[in-house]
Amino acid sequence: MSDLRTSEILETIEMIDKECLDIRTITMGISLLDCADSDIRRSCEKIEKKILRLAKDLVKTGEEISLTYGIPVVNKRISVTPIALLCAVSGGDPVEYALTLEKCARELGIDFIGGYSALVQKGFSAGDRELIASIPRALAATEHICASVNVGSTKAGINMDAVQMMGKIVRECAEMTAERDSLGAAKLVVLCNAPEDNPFMAGAFHGVGEPDAEIHVGVSGPGVVRAVLAKADKTLPLNEIAELVKRTAFKITRMGQLVGSVASAKLGIPAGIVDLSLAPTPAAGDSVAEILEEMGLDSCGAYGTTACLALLNDAVKKGGVMAAQAVGGLSGSFIPVSEDAGMIRAVKNGTLNLEKLEAMTAVCSVGLDMVIVPGDTPAEILSGVIADEAAIGMVNLKTTAVRIIPAIGKKEGDHVNFGGLLGEGDVMHINRTGNAVLIARGGRIPSPMQALKN
Amino acid sequence: MKAVITTVGKDRVGILAMMANACADNQINILDVSQTILDGIFTMTMVVDTEKLSVPLADFAAYLQQLGEKNGLVIRLMNKEIFDSMHRV
Repeated sequence: MSDLRTSEILETIEMIDKECLDIRTITMGISLLDCADSDIRRSCEKIEKKILRLAKDLVKTGEEISLTYGIPVVNKRISVTPIALLCAVSGGDPVEYALTLEKCARELGIDFIGGYSALVQKGFSAGDRELIASIPRALAATEHICASVNVGSTKAGINMDAVQMMGKIVRECAEMTAERDSLGAAKLVVLCNAPEDNPFMAGAFHGVGEPDAEIHVGVSGPGVVRAVLAKADKTLPLNEIAELVKRTAFKITRMGQLVGSVASAKLGIPAGIVDLSLAPTPAAGDSVAEILEEMGLDSCGAYGTTACLALLNDAVKKGGVMAAQAVGGLSGSFIPVSEDAGMIRAVKNGTLNLEKLEAMTAVCSVGLDMVIVPGDTPAEILSGVIADEAAIGMVNLKTTAVRIIPAIGKKEGDHVNFGGLLGEGDVMHINRTGNAVLIARGGRIPSPMQALKN
Repeated sequence: MKAVITTVGKDRVGILAMMANACADNQINILDVSQTILDGIFTMTMVVDTEKLSVPLADFAAYLQQLGEKNGLVIRLMNKEIFDSMHRV
């Protein structure tokens, strides 16, 4: 068969048909810095004009690639300059920006716009507090907008005033969307060491060091890795398992790289990065937890889970990095509980708890993600969770994040269903031992020795 | 541009002829064909040149999909680059 073997063609088709291989997202990063105006109304007009101009063909291009390359492009997204920066110039009610972005998303048929964000790792500047305070209203009033707040970094330390604030904000987001299973909190992520070129939601924003516009791609391939490991002998040593993961990650990422280059050429916008992340979906078989189980665990959450995840995360990077021209974003393995059929099951059968997940976040690519806790969880407990995750990220020079949903009106063991890619899951047990004095202290946890690299 | 057309479904008389006609009708040159029948399931992969294709590629891909649905087959067209990028360094 010319220079391709039939078996290779069929392997690719099987990955797409049976193993849920797809392009999770083509995300266009757009800088809004040139839209800032001292009049918020003018600012919003300029934003609308710029987004509609640059992204007018984004959805069409994604669909065209789906059709002619035979690979599904599931989401078409946009990430923008952190809106707090625009608030600093314009003042006014930040929710106006959220509504403008929502209007753009609807008009263009975009799945999500990320960047209703503030970067406050070292402290607050003009616009930051106003934006953070407005997040619950913004998320309740919109459908397609995602918010994020970076509260710490290895270089800056952890802004504990922001951590304190975010516990309350997460609760407010949940409360204001209580009738929708507290969906608002699922669209807000609190980050440490946030990457500025991330195509994945809810943490996507377009950093100030990025070009005016660029095209990022994120691939979803846990099903493919799982299928490869399922076929492997159960006595295969782990170094060889790592090789299998590497080779598979290489193939998946090459496809992502191709789609990124094609989309960039079609849209006339420079290619940004490929995010190597294994992003699970609630679909059967498309699960990171099941990859870990294929390595030899009876259930995700068993002792050995963190070790398996460390191997997976590293092998994915090693395989992917050679396949992509530029790697960025989060690039590793996600562990979003409600979006991963294996994790949903592990929570249900009691083998996966928050403490184990916290350990896993030390070696995965992000953090505590899509975790559902009882609706009456106090704000300071949520702040404590955020502080611990930020500390893991700060010390280990990695991105960590918390996307936690206090499901209003629900208690431990109840079921919550967000629908779509956000998935579903049981409400988990959370340790409520008091930490109010700690959280009330505020201030800043200084940056660690790891920051002093120069 | 080169593309790969795969056709999968229950074996019967005329699948190859139908596909060859669909290509010819749209000025598509078939460069290579390979087919297998395993347990009554027909699998054919064609490498084709779409240089002279008379309609937009996306329209032709959609047409093939419909042709497959009408005939109880799964027919898909994929740009050959996707296989080259995955399986060749």
